[in-house]
Amino acid sequence: MSKIYKAFENKKAFIPFITCGDPDLDTTKKCVLEMIKNGADLVELGIPFSDPTAEGPVIQGANERALKGGVTTDKVFAMVKELRKETDTPFVFMTYANVVYSYGAEKFLTACEEIGIDGIILPDLPYEEKEEFLPYCKKHGVDLISMIAPTSSDRIAMIAKEAEGFIYVVSSLGVTGTRSEITTDLASIIKVIRENAKVPCAIGFGISTPEQAAKMAALSDGAIVGSAIIRLLEESGPAAPEKLGEYVKSMKSA
Amino acid sequence: MTKGRFGIHGGQYIPETLMNAVNELEEAYNKYKDDPDFQKELAELFNEYAGRPSRLYYAKRMTEDLGGAKVYLKREDLNHTGAHKINNVLGQALLAKKMGKTRLIAETGAGQHGVATATAAALFGMECVVFMGKEDTERQALNVYRMKLLGADVVPVTTGTATLKDAVSETMREWTRRIEDTHYCLGSAMGPHPFPTIVRDFQSVISKEIKEQMLEKEGKLPDAVLACVGGGSNAIGTFYNFIEDRDVKLIGCEAAGRGVDTFETAATIATGREGIFHGMKSYFCQNEYGQIAPVYSISAGLDYPGIGPEHAYLHDTGRAQYVAITDDEAVEAFEYLAKTEGIIPAIESAHAVAYARVLAPKMRKDQTIVVTLSGRGDKDCAAIARYRGEDIHE
Repeated sequence: MSKIYKAFENKKAFIPFITCGDPDLDTTKKCVLEMIKNGADLVELGIPFSDPTAEGPVIQGANERALKGGVTTDKVFAMVKELRKETDTPFVFMTYANVVYSYGAEKFLTACEEIGIDGIILPDLPYEEKEEFLPYCKKHGVDLISMIAPTSSDRIAMIAKEAEGFIYVVSSLGVTGTRSEITTDLASIIKVIRENAKVPCAIGFGISTPEQAAKMAALSDGAIVGSAIIRLLEESGPAAPEKLGEYVKSMKSA
Repeated sequence: MTKGRFGIHGGQYIPETLMNAVNELEEAYNKYKDDPDFQKELAELFNEYAGRPSRLYYAKRMTEDLGGAKVYLKREDLNHTGAHKINNVLGQALLAKKMGKTRLIAETGAGQHGVATATAAALFGMECVVFMGKEDTERQALNVYRMKLLGADVVPVTTGTATLKDAVSETMREWTRRIEDTHYCLGSAMGPHPFPTIVRDFQSVISKEIKEQMLEKEGKLPDAVLACVGGGSNAIGTFYNFIEDRDVKLIGCEAAGRGVDTFETAATIATGREGIFHGMKSYFCQNEYGQIAPVYSISAGLDYPGIGPEHAYLHDTGRAQYVAITDDEAVEAFEYLAKTEGIIPAIESAHAVAYARVLAPKMRKDQTIVVTLSGRGDKDCAAIARYRGEDIHE
């Protein structure tokens, strides 16, 4: 069992997402530590991919900048290894199936175990295809995180029953990116999840303000924020770690 | 193994948000594919609207010039809208209509699939949005205008390399935004299951007709069939009904761009490796970390870093052979066919013509090859002129 459960122990989890290497790995490392210091319970670390089909323009931009800066899967692994010397907050990787497949699933997940990665999110790996990587994940104690979307309907129970670590509930249709309003009937989706899952669930996609985070966390076990963080990071330049720390604090206290 | 596999290739590697949409599509397709009314309606559209069956033309001058096997041209360029794309689009649009969808979205490279989708949308009274790489909107400006004329919105895609792969990504993103009333009319035999199967089935009319026409004209099957391959829809359509006829050679012609030993190539079988992208497991041009390579070809329609999963399988089993044709060879074939037969082929199709020029002289005079001309070349004239150093404007 991974230590993801610790992020949800007796509290609502705040889960920030960051693209590794945007604009460079040193900044990523500083930002992650600042976010943890200010209350992040679990950090989603994005390994950049050239064609992130589930992302909106903001995270697409982060992927492009990171790759342009020369970030590779191996360099991300090295950064996580460094981070692990300073924190034991749970980490999950967020990337695309080809990044894992091309590296070699066994080799990729062996590395995850060695550097202390707790879970992995692959938005282009639905329930039907999870056997592609699940055996390797199990072998190396890495949770393969399941996603549930507003369109999942009759699939929710099936996915929730086998979910590990936590369930990533996609708040709305479309790709990642901030939204002024989230209109999906999340309460009824989460009701079905609760009836079937052994693990907690957190909501992501479109959350940017403390009010939204509070509302989503009240419905579920936590809130995931990505695009809003990437945008803040982009705007803040060298002050990014500090600004992200403040932002996480404001979101966490909401 | 999961659904929609061709050997190890294929599958459904897509976001959860789209899973019910592809399941619903598969269910509808299974319901209608053997439905006599649906098939009758589709056959009528093929024949009365698209102008099928397309001609199988004996290229006498080309045959004499090459001095070997008899060369036949399967004239998909004579279809309504000028390419094979209409076969698949009429099928999918009819299916979408039966499913109660009112809006079609599509990616396009050269613009032929976009034009075909816009055409079907106009015919069926549906809304249509076409995503096209910004670079392609510039090299295929005429097709952009055609789509707009047909009532479609054309969205230039600026992400990534601003070509076909980015147009596919953006159409997938759009589909996750709006599913309820929208069908993604995917243009090639690729993507997540059931698309590779659906597109192949609708395009297999090409090989069905070739078979009948060859038996009528020659009293035997061809010795080889050739088609160009990007994602591979006209090629799988050309191959499909011959797969069991082991004596018929199946040859796919990929775009080598400036050469398979350069980075400026789109030859997936020659330079790619196994990967997972755009909903499928197949071969992709990629770097050592699985980042998809920025591919290049003079032909916007073949400028794609992957290949459909059934082609990947036909390659693995050795049933089909894939050869790489450079820009130079394709342009020469484009000009050759124009001068020899009075037919200007699409630059995509010219890749298959180029290989016919290599293959035919090596074969006996009593042998036959069929080259599928997937589209007509009007759209390419300005670009080829530029390639030859003539600055003409459309």
